[in-house]
Amino acid sequence: MKIAVCVSFVPDTASKIKISAESSAVDTTGLTFILNPYDEFAIEEALKLKEKLGGEVHIFSMGNDTVKEGIRKALAMGADEGSHLKTDISFDAISTAKALADAIKNYGAELVLVGKQSVDTDGGVMAQLIAEFLDWNAVPSVTSLTIEGVNVTAESEIEGGKEVISTSLPCVISTQKGLNDPRYASLKGIMASKKKNIAEIAVVLENLSTTFISASLPPAKPAGRILGSDSSAVSELVRLLKDEAKVL
Amino acid sequence: MKIYVLVEQRSGVIKDSSLQAISQAAVLASAVSATCVTALVVGSEISNIEKARSYGAEAVIHLKNDNLAFYSGSGYKEVILSSIDTNDSCIIIAANTSFGKDLAAKLAVKLNAGIVTDVVAINSDGGKLEFTKPIYAGKAYQTLSLNSTNKVITLRPNIFPAVVSQNLSTLEVKEVGTPSLSAKVIEYKKNEGKLDVAEASIIVSGGRGMQSPEHFKLIEELADTLGAAVGASRAVVDAGWRPHAEQVGQTGKTVSPTLYVACGISGAIQHLAGMSSSRYIVAINKDKDAPIFSVADYGIAGDVFEVVPALIKALKQ
Repeated sequence: MKIAVCVSFVPDTASKIKISAESSAVDTTGLTFILNPYDEFAIEEALKLKEKLGGEVHIFSMGNDTVKEGIRKALAMGADEGSHLKTDISFDAISTAKALADAIKNYGAELVLVGKQSVDTDGGVMAQLIAEFLDWNAVPSVTSLTIEGVNVTAESEIEGGKEVISTSLPCVISTQKGLNDPRYASLKGIMASKKKNIAEIAVVLENLSTTFISASLPPAKPAGRILGSDSSAVSELVRLLKDEAKVL
Repeated sequence: MKIYVLVEQRSGVIKDSSLQAISQAAVLASAVSATCVTALVVGSEISNIEKARSYGAEAVIHLKNDNLAFYSGSGYKEVILSSIDTNDSCIIIAANTSFGKDLAAKLAVKLNAGIVTDVVAINSDGGKLEFTKPIYAGKAYQTLSLNSTNKVITLRPNIFPAVVSQNLSTLEVKEVGTPSLSAKVIEYKKNEGKLDVAEASIIVSGGRGMQSPEHFKLIEELADTLGAAVGASRAVVDAGWRPHAEQVGQTGKTVSPTLYVACGISGAIQHLAGMSSSRYIVAINKDKDAPIFSVADYGIAGDVFEVVPALIKALKQ
């Protein structure tokens, strides 16, 4: 089976976020970048499916030249090859999904795996957008996946529970924590990844549906009050929650 | 310009986050001079459909088919697309839940629309819409506009109020044919008896400071007392003490409850990102220098095993 995995390369979740001088966007200079944590579940699932069913795993990522390093990390985990959808301008979810869907169609994937959300832009709809451009079905936030022939059964995490969803290949699955434990890249894997092919695809973006206006940090919270250091402070806490915060 | 609200029902009950979306749609309608707000509910029997009529939409349409009691991405999309007037421009609004995001994204592509998810503020000065959404799990905010004729947005639950309107919406029950069910829910496994952190108005969370999974009984008891959901830090989820569904933070759920009580949580930057937009935050932690106190409104720098039982007792009185 030909499996496409879409990944993003994002600032480490421990990063402190700064805003650029002209307040239009987040300033990522100097930050450490990592594979989007949710995408690691997608890569792991693809590798497990390849081990079971045979086939190949192709990594797709869109962005400037830095995302190549992210693709390389996925190749080091064991993926076969990659495609870098290259653009240097800011892009939105729709244009990303369209470009990815076009590349995936050319590749001829039967299954697409993607993290349930990228922890930078926090859009959370990439799987559905890609699927819709391909005219396929999508199953979001998957914590358990079974593929038998063309039949797909997946558990999808929703608020307050899980839905068991039945669909068929080809489809797009977005991956959630709980699906698997992503492997670490071995030294051998890292060495091998350097020789693996990353194709460059130039992406032309026009008529973006989104205009990015500004970015800002959350308003600073005034310092809170420490009411005490043991249970004698509890009655004051309850009083404040009732009378001042009015949340009880 | 028309506005459609995608109303979510589970087990035949309409969700509060959808009522909030209807109210916000009514607010937007006047700002953008929309001619009509229509709330669309797909499903079989809907026990509280009358409730949806009270939040400011002109019309509530129940698209009814017994095969659509459970969610089907393919089926719901088809039924909703056939109910949208494509001769006019539109704004589609849903709550930013699994259901809302799933349908919103599908419709955005089909309607050639731009999409913004997880919107927490809308500025409509001069009829031009600007949407603000958290990025990096709330470490920053992005404001943007959509240039497309049709627009799709999802609203973070519990940010926009559900406001009861004087005028009752019309209600139409429309029997629809069975659409493509090429992707469908075949079973719903509800987390028994538990509130979900993503939907709760009060959350009690525990971290490493609880020292062992058994001690989460205290967290559960405090949560029960407050009618709250149980949350957890990444550390205790990774240690296998608590299920992932409870994880709050950048690789878990981003939450904005009215009250967040953090017990034995020091406050890693990823955790703070996921909960610092809560309206009130209480922190109980031994270490008075823990970062959690920098976002807490009220703190007790003491032993959770002494303070939490006393708090439960005080609340029960």
